[in-house]
Amino acid sequence: MSATHFLPDTTTLTGRSLRHIVRSPDTIITTVLTPIAMMLLFVFVFGGAIDTGQDTGSYVNYLLPGILLMTIASGIAYTAYRLFTDLQSGIFERFQSMPIARSSVLWAHVLTSLVANLVSLVVVIAVAFVMGFRTSASVLDWLAVFGILALFTLALTWLAVIPGLTAKTIDGASGFSYPLIFLPFISSAFVPTDSMPAPVQWFAENQPVTPIVNSIRALFAEQPVGNDLWVALAWCVGILVVAYVLAMAAYRRKIASA
Amino acid sequence: MTPTATPAIQLRGLEKSYGELHVLRGVDLDVAPGSIFALLGSNGAGKTTVLRILATLLRADAGAATVNGFDVATQAAQVRESFSLTGQFAAVDELLSGRENLVLVAKLRHLPAPGTVADDLLARFALTEAGGRKVSTYSGGMRRRLDIAMSLIGDPSVIFLDEPTTGLDPQARLEVWDTVKELAGQGTTVLLTTQYLDEAEQLADRIAILHEGRIIADGTLAELKQLLPPAEVEYVEKQPTLEQIFLAVVGADTKGPR
Repeated sequence: MSATHFLPDTTTLTGRSLRHIVRSPDTIITTVLTPIAMMLLFVFVFGGAIDTGQDTGSYVNYLLPGILLMTIASGIAYTAYRLFTDLQSGIFERFQSMPIARSSVLWAHVLTSLVANLVSLVVVIAVAFVMGFRTSASVLDWLAVFGILALFTLALTWLAVIPGLTAKTIDGASGFSYPLIFLPFISSAFVPTDSMPAPVQWFAENQPVTPIVNSIRALFAEQPVGNDLWVALAWCVGILVVAYVLAMAAYRRKIASA
Repeated sequence: MTPTATPAIQLRGLEKSYGELHVLRGVDLDVAPGSIFALLGSNGAGKTTVLRILATLLRADAGAATVNGFDVATQAAQVRESFSLTGQFAAVDELLSGRENLVLVAKLRHLPAPGTVADDLLARFALTEAGGRKVSTYSGGMRRRLDIAMSLIGDPSVIFLDEPTTGLDPQARLEVWDTVKELAGQGTTVLLTTQYLDEAEQLADRIAILHEGRIIADGTLAELKQLLPPAEVEYVEKQPTLEQIFLAVVGADTKGPR
């Protein structure tokens, strides 16, 4: 169809939703608020009593990877919110009735999510540095960290597209992210998993947050990432593929029949 | 009405059901190029469903529809090049300014000078002064004017207006009527839905009444009047309508601005 317009149309529409973020910077502030509060609470209140038994230096070094995932989980709720608002206001249908590459409407939201989450992550990392986070990671290690985070963001963003397209209320559109925000609590993000009772430990070790957190932590500490990295990537790609297929199915239902 | 001209819009035996609810039960309609056609019906008669099928936002269960000679089911891309839709609720971006909304649509229609297009339309719709302001600060009438201005970008040969004056005050309503007449004067085909009988009477070259999923009457106003018994002569004191009083008191020109 209008495949030749895909790039210019996606650029135009991404510019539009990025402008939304610049106009309402509160979306970035509320995104980083919960993760930063958790970081303060755990580093300055609980941290002293937590023995990670690992050679990662201060507790904030141990904690940061999980906090970063929490940031992404709270950031993608805004993708669902923005998509839902577009559908409600009728502007989604206006775009769909125009001679544009139709899928660029979704891709623009996905790219916007990547940019917005990157900004949030940079803010959280800056706060972590102020709180004493230190790393000897090389440029390459940092690139690997951001690569993993970008892949995780992409996977969760496509997940967020599903409620964005199908939710009946604004609460339904953004509420799905709460379990994701709290998923790091039952993982290796705050405490080592071997301190947990067996069933909890089993869950913690077999959910996506643990291998991702372990990989990022190893990269920051300049330790070998080992198998964790491949498990982490497999989780991210797996979630991405399933979420993308489901999101596109929801999208087709929305534009074709309903 | 020249019966030889190819219709700008043609519907044949159009059917659509939502589960058990048969919204359209075989709709036939011909709209001549350059005319204003009013589709009249009460709430829930299926007017919006007809427009959504024509706008390639909804697939019909049976029957065929063409816009500008292109089939809505098989030549959707060409159909989308031919028309513009102004939905029931102004589909504008609240966080952008009026000018940015127009530039956005001009870019999505791949026009060479989006800024010029936007400025021209702002002037034409008396929005130049408000052009730099966020749309969230606009009145209902301004929003609707912007909405229609967005639909005119790219000079589509067919315009669908879904209840264009619902929720507008009398002055804004007259402004919309003037715009519609102006469009038809330039050769644009206008298909509008309305539940206001006087709107159809004021604007339309031809009127069709959609009732319980079928067209039960289709003709010019004069033809439709003949469906009733001949008028009887009665003497009544002519009272001004409340609309005339309202417009006289607020000091508006009944012919509308421009």
